[in-house]
Amino acid sequence: MGVVTDPVLLVIVVATALAFDFTNGFHDTGNAMAASIATRAMTPKKAVLLSATLNMVGAFLSLAVAATIAKGIVDSGVVTLPVLLGGLVGGIVWNLVTWLFGLPSSSSHALVGGVVGAVLAAAGASGVLWAGLIAKVLLPALIGPLVAMFVSSMGTRLVVRSTKGVPQRSIDRNFRWGQIGSASLVSLAHGTNDAQKSMGIILLALIAGGAVPEDSTVPLWVIFSCALAMALGTYTGGWRVIRTLGKGLVELESRQGLSADASTATVILLSSHFGFPLSTTHVATGSVLGSGVGKKGASVRWHIAGRMFVAWLVTVPAAGLVGAACYGLNQISGPYVVFGLLLVVAGGIVAWSRRKPVNHKNVNDAWKAGGGAESAIAESLIDHDPSLMVLPKKKKKRKKEKKPKHKKQKKNRKKHAKHSGDDVDRAEATAGEVNSVGIR
Amino acid sequence: MSEYVEWGSLLEVLVFGLLIGAGLPTLFALGVRALAGPGSRDDDGHRSPVRVAVAMACFAVVIGAIVTAIVIIGRGGH
Repeated sequence: MGVVTDPVLLVIVVATALAFDFTNGFHDTGNAMAASIATRAMTPKKAVLLSATLNMVGAFLSLAVAATIAKGIVDSGVVTLPVLLGGLVGGIVWNLVTWLFGLPSSSSHALVGGVVGAVLAAAGASGVLWAGLIAKVLLPALIGPLVAMFVSSMGTRLVVRSTKGVPQRSIDRNFRWGQIGSASLVSLAHGTNDAQKSMGIILLALIAGGAVPEDSTVPLWVIFSCALAMALGTYTGGWRVIRTLGKGLVELESRQGLSADASTATVILLSSHFGFPLSTTHVATGSVLGSGVGKKGASVRWHIAGRMFVAWLVTVPAAGLVGAACYGLNQISGPYVVFGLLLVVAGGIVAWSRRKPVNHKNVNDAWKAGGGAESAIAESLIDHDPSLMVLPKKKKKRKKEKKPKHKKQKKNRKKHAKHSGDDVDRAEATAGEVNSVGIR
Repeated sequence: MSEYVEWGSLLEVLVFGLLIGAGLPTLFALGVRALAGPGSRDDDGHRSPVRVAVAMACFAVVIGAIVTAIVIIGRGGH
């Protein structure tokens, strides 16, 4: 010990861990802030600033870092620097891909998946503790959302009942404060939990690389850089995920927003307190769904929720595949190539995302059609903004096809558009969406 | 199945989750109702002191819970 065995590999692993930390903050902003942004409790910019600050504070709040990763899921004896690198790259790539599609998915599950894949490549099936993988990752991914959904739907139902007869204006004014409070708690807990994960990884890497003794505590620069990377990621705002979570699943109103946020904060804190490993992302998504289930007349877009559930089940194998491939590549050609490839892939995904950018300006736009004129009206009612009711006029060439009034007409037009060789995009645009940004 | 899921801690999360996660928002809602609900103001537009006190009590419990949560996060006991 005391002699750094492979400085290049160590530096690359640390850099990759910080990059993962960044995508973690970036990907999970929505867990805390999506509801507040969707209900306009805060402007998008203020929300991500608050979340980033609290993530930073949270990272310093508790420093009981354990230098373990995927404990009880893989044999800790086989976690070497190349395995860590493979795992981290797997996690980052999966985070970026799900972000591109606007799917909230657990960053920690992505990391675990990447590490499991790398371990499989390095040590074979015996390196993975399969029972632990099922008990700590796969089953909680199914149970977490259900628990949160149940709590949040009960909360929403009770809250809506308790506020019967209260003017909407007073409701919104007061509940926004409640939302800011509960969303802040989620951000704080996220900072403590997830920034520490990255600190743990870096510490583990430093120990494995021989840069610090085995009983070392986390060096100060690690704490600072992890907190900063996560806060920067959060501030950058994974707007695509925020949009899906806040606008895609349920049209949230301030009471639902508060119930969802309170449920997320409570379930997350309780699950760690009682030692039941639930992912923040799954809980936050379940809470938003629950707030739709709990309010009469609110509709839930289950097909989008279904797509998320699939993504959660695919997370571990998909990240694992990347992790294993990166481990193999590292053995063949060295860490430079892996890191370079990661940069290329990340750049490619970001470039791809520019084709249909989602940012703080359009994050709250009406969810893409499906409901057509009806959803445009619903949107304008929710936001008390009559201008939203005006249907878009751009992208239309044929005059008689303006302003659809009935679903039937819309359907016919879609058919017609397809027949006449128009692309589906235009058919959807005419169907009354204000902005066609969104995921397909 | 039971070897994979700790039903005990799951049940605890569920029960306390309902009590706190659904209870606190409801309390908050009751506070709002006391302040701004039907009949909260008399003809002159004044609120009765009882209603204000009830609302403040509700909000105080909620704020207390948030502070407790921050302390728990800070102690790393989560």
